[in-house]
Amino acid sequence: MSSTVIGQDGQDGQNNQDNQNNQPGEGGQKPPTSAGWPLWEVFVRSSRGLSHVHAGSLHAPDAEMAVRNARDLYTRRNEGVSLWVVRSTDITTSDPDAKDMMFESPQGKDYRHATYYKESEGVKHL
Amino acid sequence: MAEQKSSGGHLAAVRTPEDIEGERRFDAIIAEDSRIEPRDWMPEAYRKSLTRQMSQHAHSEIIGMQPEANWITRAPSLKRKAILMAKVQDEAGHGLYLYSATETLGTDRDTLNDQLLTGRAKYSSIFNYPARTWADMGAIGWLVDGAAIANQVPLCRASYGPYGRAMVRVCKEESFHQRQGFEILLELSRGSKAQKKMAQDAINRFYAPALMMFGPSDQDSPNSQQSMAWNIKRFSNDDLRQRFVGMIVEQVKVLGLSLPDPDLRYDEESGQWLHMELDWDEFKRVVSGGGPCNAQRLARRREAHENGAWVREAAAAYARKQQDQQDQQNQQDQTAEVA
Repeated sequence: MSSTVIGQDGQDGQNNQDNQNNQPGEGGQKPPTSAGWPLWEVFVRSSRGLSHVHAGSLHAPDAEMAVRNARDLYTRRNEGVSLWVVRSTDITTSDPDAKDMMFESPQGKDYRHATYYKESEGVKHL
Repeated sequence: MAEQKSSGGHLAAVRTPEDIEGERRFDAIIAEDSRIEPRDWMPEAYRKSLTRQMSQHAHSEIIGMQPEANWITRAPSLKRKAILMAKVQDEAGHGLYLYSATETLGTDRDTLNDQLLTGRAKYSSIFNYPARTWADMGAIGWLVDGAAIANQVPLCRASYGPYGRAMVRVCKEESFHQRQGFEILLELSRGSKAQKKMAQDAINRFYAPALMMFGPSDQDSPNSQQSMAWNIKRFSNDDLRQRFVGMIVEQVKVLGLSLPDPDLRYDEESGQWLHMELDWDEFKRVVSGGGPCNAQRLARRREAHENGAWVREAAAAYARKQQDQQDQQNQQDQTAEVA
């Protein structure tokens, strides 16, 4: 039994993109299931043009039912316009132990930000 | 608790280098008031303590549906029925958010459910009191949900990420519960003499149990100190109770009703609200199963679980059937392609 549910790992889904793109962390671990039903991660888009954000998890026998349950559980108050459900087991995440390796490189690279360039301050339309 | 994974195996006599490194990182995260996420190393005691607190919380939401569900058919208007149904639906939702968050600690749903149904798990003592009149829906909303909010708002900043995030959602919905309760009492207190009396009687019965919801006083609360050190709790039981009393003392004036507490006064010197002595023996008795409705609540929960079995089975059978049809379709498509 794993101690983790993979999809709960993101800060409100903000690093979901990272989760999907990165190397498998602790592959092969199955999240807990209930009555044989898989666990699903629910993502809600609050309005058109915004990204889907992780809302929470639920158990359901299949994807269609997961969407229905997600509607009942997470969108009773106009929370959004679109729902995604993803099987928790289908989300691959970066290994938390590899945090430094994965995310340290931007440090010391301030020149990647516009605010680094002071000489041009005051120049219009730049 | 069954099924607990010992993430680093540090309960074993020998501590591995991973445990030592994990603990160092855990301590650093707590020290900088950041969040622990499910895959992080955590001390076994932290995992256990959170599992206990979060599952008790989830169980309370699920059992808490009962006193109110009992009143849906007897609510005085269609609007009140709709509101009460929405509220009961919310409680179910809160339970589910919290169960999901608890599962990230490694105890699966069936185990949690089993702990509740077999009476091994505790839940909030307040839901073992009967809801006798319609006014009780008001008192429960205003006092019980009010106490819950006072307790839960700081939990939005709990150090365990999934718990804090679940609590944000819970708190948003909870304030609707408190306001609808307040409105019920307000309407009754502006009604006939008998209605006003009914509202006062409900407050009289729920006041002390609501104050007990914050748990024993600080010196008798076994887990409090450790929970605060881990940034799970942010304020002590007594501090939260104080804050709550200060709020309702003002609100009850708007209702034109009173709190049943002869000792209640603000002590300028200590800056504290002094309130009546709470009966902690009663609290212990009710929490551990001896309250007026404990047996009834658990029996009802078991019955609902058993009576709902066909829904779970039907959903699973439907999912299998859909899958079979999909497989068949895929096979046909493949055959067609080959041909």
